[in-house]
Amino acid sequence: MKILKNAVAGTLESSDLFIQIEPDEKELTLEIDSVVANQYMDAIRAAVLDTLKEFDVSTGKIFIKDKGALDCVIRARMETALKRGGVE
Amino acid sequence: MSKLISSVREAIEKTGLKDGMTISFHHHMRNGDFVLNMVLEQAAEMGIKDLTVNASSIFDIHEPIIEHIKNGVVTGLECNYMGGKVGKAISQGILEKPVIFRSHGGRAGDMENGSSKIDIAFLAAPCADNMGNCSGKYGPSACGSLGYAFSDAMHADKVVVLTDNLVPYPLKDTSISEGYVDYVVEVPQIGDPAKIVSGTTKITRDPVGLRIAGLAAQVVKHSGYLKDGFSFQTGAGGASLAVAKYVEEMMEKENIKGSFCMGGITGYMVEMANKGYFDTILDVQCFDLKAIESIRENPKHQEISAMRYASPAAKSAAVDSLDVVILGATQVDVNFNVNVHTDSNGFIMGGSGGHCDTAAGSKLAIIVAPLIRARLPLIVDEVLCKSTPGETVDVIVTQRGIAVNPKQKELKEKLLKAGLPVKDIEELKQIAEDIAGVPNKIKTGDKVVAKVLYRDGTLLDTIKNVL
Amino acid sequence: MRRTMLFLPGNTPNMLINGDTLGADTIIFDLEDAVSPDEKDAARILVRNALKYQSFPNCEVVVRINPTDTEFWKEDLKAIIPLKPDVIMPTKVSGGDMICQVAEFMTEVEKENGMEEGTVKILPLIETALGVEKSFEIASADKRVIGLFLGGEDFTADMHCKRTKEGKEIFYARTRLVCAARACGIEAYDTPFTDVEDMEGLEKDTEFAKSLGFAGKAVISPRHVDIVNAVFSPTESEIEYAHDVMDAIENGKRQGKGVISLRGKMIDAPIVKRAQQVLEMEKAIYGGACR
Repeated sequence: MKILKNAVAGTLESSDLFIQIEPDEKELTLEIDSVVANQYMDAIRAAVLDTLKEFDVSTGKIFIKDKGALDCVIRARMETALKRGGVE
Repeated sequence: MSKLISSVREAIEKTGLKDGMTISFHHHMRNGDFVLNMVLEQAAEMGIKDLTVNASSIFDIHEPIIEHIKNGVVTGLECNYMGGKVGKAISQGILEKPVIFRSHGGRAGDMENGSSKIDIAFLAAPCADNMGNCSGKYGPSACGSLGYAFSDAMHADKVVVLTDNLVPYPLKDTSISEGYVDYVVEVPQIGDPAKIVSGTTKITRDPVGLRIAGLAAQVVKHSGYLKDGFSFQTGAGGASLAVAKYVEEMMEKENIKGSFCMGGITGYMVEMANKGYFDTILDVQCFDLKAIESIRENPKHQEISAMRYASPAAKSAAVDSLDVVILGATQVDVNFNVNVHTDSNGFIMGGSGGHCDTAAGSKLAIIVAPLIRARLPLIVDEVLCKSTPGETVDVIVTQRGIAVNPKQKELKEKLLKAGLPVKDIEELKQIAEDIAGVPNKIKTGDKVVAKVLYRDGTLLDTIKNVL
Repeated sequence: MRRTMLFLPGNTPNMLINGDTLGADTIIFDLEDAVSPDEKDAARILVRNALKYQSFPNCEVVVRINPTDTEFWKEDLKAIIPLKPDVIMPTKVSGGDMICQVAEFMTEVEKENGMEEGTVKILPLIETALGVEKSFEIASADKRVIGLFLGGEDFTADMHCKRTKEGKEIFYARTRLVCAARACGIEAYDTPFTDVEDMEGLEKDTEFAKSLGFAGKAVISPRHVDIVNAVFSPTESEIEYAHDVMDAIENGKRQGKGVISLRGKMIDAPIVKRAQQVLEMEKAIYGGACR
């Protein structure tokens, strides 16, 4: 599967995150900016990669601004963004 | 004789400020203070170096001090609280000598017993006469109480009063009297009134904060301290003030008359006293306009010095007679030690203030804080900085449960019997980590950027630089 | 026990995560009015994940789905039912057929997911003139229906009248709903009080709803929770009386008495039932974390 079009999901409110995705045929770009980077960057990255795997997406551009979202919120926003981006 | 001189420059010359000296400031102008910056700028211009600044608190408005540190004008810093802007720079290691953090009581105590020596105190005064009688209650930059300035006035070698409101001698309602003052300087403005105090301090509307406050009030009620003669202190921020609201409702219902409320005073506490819930207000600092108006006009509302408030060097201090105090925290560890100095990444953004003083003095010290803040669990294995020792902390109240210090067995029984959600602190930690995940440990550097002194002057902890 | 049912917007992570700590007996994750049409997908996924990864041990969880005349409701149920919320709240319910339609689809989803049929209950939101008139039919339409819930705002709009604080305009709907619910042996829950600042008005309105026979009330502000809880909680004297009733029953049994009286009044079955309810509530309120 791949990302077909640009899409966004989430907000910049506390405990949420904002995700922007763009199609890219060749490679996976993942940029994460988080207010809890020191404590949770590994966990955030894992949740994002896990969701990509779930949807069988291996390429695309993904930009994330995280405001301290829990794992379940990260996964929800990723899924929303991917579905909006044409991944089913 | 006249003590009136024409400029800050002249004050520096006359007091003989030299390289290597210690100068002091109080923080009643809070984030609206012009005086600290004014004096340092002048000192820098005159080529003075190697100063130690002892300010009761450093706020974001004091950001220019970062440049003075880089230029060698300031080489030592001592305070009870430090805002995030200067705190960040300190955490990055810009100052060679570690910052000395004290508590409000500890600062006063160390000045009294001589272990903290001040060469020259520069005191912002919202009104003063030409002989140096001064007060915070009147004038365009009114701040109310001058509580933290008394020690400086009494123990510094030289004392300079700076005012933007010079009144004819004698000032009618004096807080700090002329006997301590060497010079008086009239300046255009000592602070920005909009930032000195808030218009009104409002109770939080955050539902989680209110829930925590409600639980904390239940703890107060069932602790057994809420009876006639009750004394109480609470902060102005977050859930703290909301606790006062719930406590007031209980006092009304049970017709309880308290003895005193204390601390940084807000309009809300003033109203509680005016409604008859407290006989006396002991005020070391005013937080809003209503508190200032009250300290000016209400005979029940007393200004107290930091010594009277919390000094461990005094024969007694008001904190020793305090029943209940409500306090905040950025981190609490499983041994009930509290961090109010750094954020979760280790950057300095606070300080004890009266935290450890009131925790030690009061019969019941309650910490109120959300169990998780933007994914970060409140309760950790070890706090990044021990600001208040766990032995002095009795109860932690979060929205998902209440932890009682194991040494308070009787209190724990009382709260359980009342049906409150009492949990083991380890259990609370587990709940938070189940929700948020286990956070990675923060790696700090090796350089000590601050020493945290306990109120008795002993070293409590050190803060390392952030990488 | 559903003294308070707190509405939480379905697309706000902070509220979803902390919703169970706000003191309400029941929380309602809202996918309908609180979510704009272009965020329906996001809210659905977020609520689903909240149910999947978080536990809400302190309260019952209801999910309000979108109306059956929209494209969203089936998607809502498909996503939510497998996570076993306690209750689904269908909106703008105007007849028994609508309940059957929703229940049928719920059964389908339950079966697909290997769940026992009827695991998830239904609490219909009645907010139209037709719905009020058909409230008995709605209450008896399916075994899943556990209560009726009145939505006063939409109802008054449908009635072409103004919603007031006094609430005279919804008096008929309130009593009709309570009567229909009681006739089917289920509970009725009252419409929220919408002035977030007026605590006195809230208390009065809640007292009135209780006096009509409602078992609880929806709230749209967390700050309303405590007051509504207090009104619907048994008083100290009610609890004391309930204990006395049960003690008298015990004593009577021991002494082999057929007719038992307390304070000069015969204790009959309804009094015992009421006493049992009060003691259950006492246990739920004072014996647990739900405070």
